[in-house]
Amino acid sequence: MGIKPNNENNSSTDGDIKLKSGREGLMGWLNPTRYGWERVSYWLQRLTGVGLLIYFIGHIYETSSLVNGINAWNSMLELTQTPGGHIFLLLVIGASTFHTVNGLRLIFTESGIGLGRPGRPDYPYDATSLNYKQKSGIWVAMLLAAIAMLYGGMVMFGDVN
Amino acid sequence: MSEETKKIKLKVYRTNYKKEEPPHYDEFDVSVKRWTTVLDALLDAKSYSDSSLGIRYSCRMASCGSCGMKINGKPRLACYTKISELNDQTIVCDPLPSFPRIRDLVTDFTEFFAHHKKIEPYIHNDKVPIEVVNKDDLVEFKQTPEDVDKYLQFSYCIKCGLCYSACPTVATDTKFPGPQALSQTYRYMADTRDSGESTRLDIIDDRHGVWRCHFAGSCSNVCPKGVDPALGIQLLKGHLIGITKNDKKIATLRSKEE
Amino acid sequence: MPLLKLRESQIMKIHYLTGICAVFFVAIHILFRLIMPFGQSLEFHNVVANYHNMYYVILLELILVFISIHGFNGLRIILIELKQNQWWESTITILVLAAMIGVVAYGTRTIIIGSQL
Repeated sequence: MGIKPNNENNSSTDGDIKLKSGREGLMGWLNPTRYGWERVSYWLQRLTGVGLLIYFIGHIYETSSLVNGINAWNSMLELTQTPGGHIFLLLVIGASTFHTVNGLRLIFTESGIGLGRPGRPDYPYDATSLNYKQKSGIWVAMLLAAIAMLYGGMVMFGDVN
Repeated sequence: MSEETKKIKLKVYRTNYKKEEPPHYDEFDVSVKRWTTVLDALLDAKSYSDSSLGIRYSCRMASCGSCGMKINGKPRLACYTKISELNDQTIVCDPLPSFPRIRDLVTDFTEFFAHHKKIEPYIHNDKVPIEVVNKDDLVEFKQTPEDVDKYLQFSYCIKCGLCYSACPTVATDTKFPGPQALSQTYRYMADTRDSGESTRLDIIDDRHGVWRCHFAGSCSNVCPKGVDPALGIQLLKGHLIGITKNDKKIATLRSKEE
Repeated sequence: MPLLKLRESQIMKIHYLTGICAVFFVAIHILFRLIMPFGQSLEFHNVVANYHNMYYVILLELILVFISIHGFNGLRIILIELKQNQWWESTITILVLAAMIGVVAYGTRTIIIGSQL
């Protein structure tokens, strides 16, 4: 076919005319609707990841009060034993469960396992990678997160002795 | 019965990079039948209401990939989307997201094609020169139908840009090659005629390369040709971290006598 | 710096491995809170007793290192996808590495002092 490799670097679009970039920007990934469960999983994985990192840093700070003796430790503990602190911990339980289960699914997926094989596509062209194995992985992650939160809520808000 | 016509409202995004007028929507009333596609409706509006409406289209049968646009919130091919299957009285047409806008629904594909070009989307084979000067030099590779099946679906890509505009990473990352270019990298990796694997893997194993895909699956969700870019990209990643092995044997050449 | 020269696929391998390891270690860490009634396990002397257990101290340090790497690399990925220019990308890489080292150092300080209480 005589196709030559083209090495000229013309990836820039701003020449003499300035075009609107048209990129959705941050709203592109902050909006999880429209594209199915895999997009929801992507969105949740990111949000829970950021949330857990914030909790992790907070947790390190919280436990560092240990070095200042028993009084500092107890006053820090008191701070977390409030309804607000309990709700925050509940969110952390849910987030960590989802992030763990969905993260394990993603490690397999991103290693090319459990996606099906390439083949001849046929109408209506349902993508093999968006199969029910993947979707149920996402649902199981959400379900387990809900169960973990329910259990955590029962321990924290149930009959507190 | 099937001749039944219905009135719908077509809302079309209007803009022009040259003029100062702000982007706005124009509304057209169009009568549609059961099989009317969005492209048919747009052409109807262009013929009978406003001839200045800017659309790009060519084949009208999902082969050329020119008429990609955002229809009711999702990137679709206008010629491949029937109005009756959208189940809506109002059809909203926007230009494809993540592409620079030229005029109305027409977008600029320069950057998208540049990403595609960057992964060197042609057969690399040490035994065959890329440029053929003498036609007697033309050679044929021996490939079985099973070999073809391994990459066939990825070679159905029509470069319509729908996956690129659906991708959440492309929405913010200008250096990310996008699902189209990455799935084409896999297409050549799986092709037994090609031996340029290491060159291409080197290009995409970059800070803004294949690892900026997080399997949101949106590309495969919108692909009109069943290419399933997400599958190709994940298989590529599996190969890069050494979970899956690419044990293809480079195809042999058929001699003139055979 | 050779550390910054890691290929992206190597970084992601580290990301996945630290993630998997962190799951198991955090599970043990949480189980330590459940071997006695939850309230009691957080009492000062019980916590300090934990810090005197050599294996538990190693576990804590590993969790600290693994989650720092995994978490801050995740943050780096999100941030470099937002904006692309040399300055932003280098700044993010350096800041993330600094934060990673800072958190590990601060946590290690707690562990060392805690084990001597």
